[in-house]
Amino acid sequence: MDLLDVTLRVVAVLVAFLVLPLLVGQAEHKVMAHMQGRVGPMHAGGFHGWAQLVADGVKFAQKEDTVPAGADRRIFQLAPAVALVPYCVVLVAIPLGPGGLVGQVIDAGVFFVLAVLGIGILGQLMGGWASNNKYSLLGGMRTAAQLMAYELPLILAAASVVMAAGTLSLTGILDGFQWWWVPWQLVGAFVFFTAGIAELHRPPFDAPIAPEEIVFGAFTEYSGLRFALFLLAEYAGIVVISALTAVLFFGGWHGPFPDQLGWLWMLLKTGALCFLVIWARVAWPRLRADQIQKFAWTVLVPLALAQIALTGVVKVVIS
Amino acid sequence: MSFGSGLAKGLAVTFRAMTRRAVTQQYPENLPSLPPRTRGVIGLFEENCTVCMLCARECPDWCIYIDSHKETAPPAAPGGRERSRNVLDRFAIDFSLCMYCGICVEVCPFDALFWSPEFEYAETDIRELTHEREKLREWMWTVPEPPPLTEAAVEAKELTAARRAAERAAQEQEQEQGQEQGRDRPAGDETGESR
Repeated sequence: MDLLDVTLRVVAVLVAFLVLPLLVGQAEHKVMAHMQGRVGPMHAGGFHGWAQLVADGVKFAQKEDTVPAGADRRIFQLAPAVALVPYCVVLVAIPLGPGGLVGQVIDAGVFFVLAVLGIGILGQLMGGWASNNKYSLLGGMRTAAQLMAYELPLILAAASVVMAAGTLSLTGILDGFQWWWVPWQLVGAFVFFTAGIAELHRPPFDAPIAPEEIVFGAFTEYSGLRFALFLLAEYAGIVVISALTAVLFFGGWHGPFPDQLGWLWMLLKTGALCFLVIWARVAWPRLRADQIQKFAWTVLVPLALAQIALTGVVKVVIS
Repeated sequence: MSFGSGLAKGLAVTFRAMTRRAVTQQYPENLPSLPPRTRGVIGLFEENCTVCMLCARECPDWCIYIDSHKETAPPAAPGGRERSRNVLDRFAIDFSLCMYCGICVEVCPFDALFWSPEFEYAETDIRELTHEREKLREWMWTVPEPPPLTEAAVEAKELTAARRAAERAAQEQEQEQGQEQGRDRPAGDETGESR
């Protein structure tokens, strides 16, 4: 692997990291608006407000970047980066198409991806703790509680796929993918996707942010570009979770003409899952913090364990 | 209500809303078509104003300013009394105070104030929202025709009175014609009387 190849792959991942979350954000603007009988942004950029998020970014960049008195300055300023960068790192390991169309083939891909995803939540905890604000602290604590509850079903569901494929490598899982894995792992897909949404604090699991109760949770004291980075982390998280679900449970680039159109199938599956995330936000109200906990421990964890049992039984039967 | 049907209903409602056309009107491009009697702004038909001050006194937040002076006109007939009348000097409405209750329009006994649907008169300085009679007269020309009454509605009193007067005049004319039969017609001044 020469220098040019590495540079090309890194640049491609970076471009995907910068473009895809903005596309999801714009899609959320428009989809949410139309689901509510509105039209959403229409003026920025001329055609149906396509440049709305660019305008938002310019606005955020112009705002003052304040650090509250009494805050833990260094940690407070570092938190957005800790929240954002892991999602960029995760994108490196997600395969886009067959034949090495991936940032970097990692043998323990699933392990790597899940470990790095956990770090992103840490950024929000840091922000919540360092802000010296009771709302931030409440949001941070809820984030922590949610992380504890949902990391387990997330990992169990991923482990089920790993058992089915017999490999930890994301490219390896896709190479071994058969169409009947989809119904076989459907419960696991539900658990993984739901737990992923919960980790991102997307509605209906957005009690840690809950603007009506605790201002904006861990982001209350943030302004300007650092706040924008937190928001960007949320949308990057949607892309990553949707892409991971597509790779682990829906066959990633598998589809007609995988050699030529593999990247398209992967993007379509990811996009459809992103749409589901947006849809859930529009359609459903927020769960209470205790309901979120109850849902994780009494629904998702048992379902994930049942899925693992099913995977094990089928695996033994067919081998 | 079985378990989860609420969740499905939420998804269905939002998805159906997405497939339908949005109700949004893009305002600066598409102007709204507002019904008559929309409470946009108050127009003044100056000729009808008698400076009776009823509007200014009934206004709950005192946003109408009226100045006037009295003029005397010579008597109509020699030896008669001099006629005095009020002449309007200033009529202004402070739209930064106005709460669009419409009491002034309702209370005006001479139909000098009207609602207009015009609403684009924002200013950058609050003091410029006090609009004088010239501006109020301009708005008068934007007042739409009142909507027609429903078929079952009682006829307006003015119309009833006018119709009765016309009928009476026609009857009298017929009677006169009956009396005048056989004689020479006078030099056609009756046609001028009947309206």
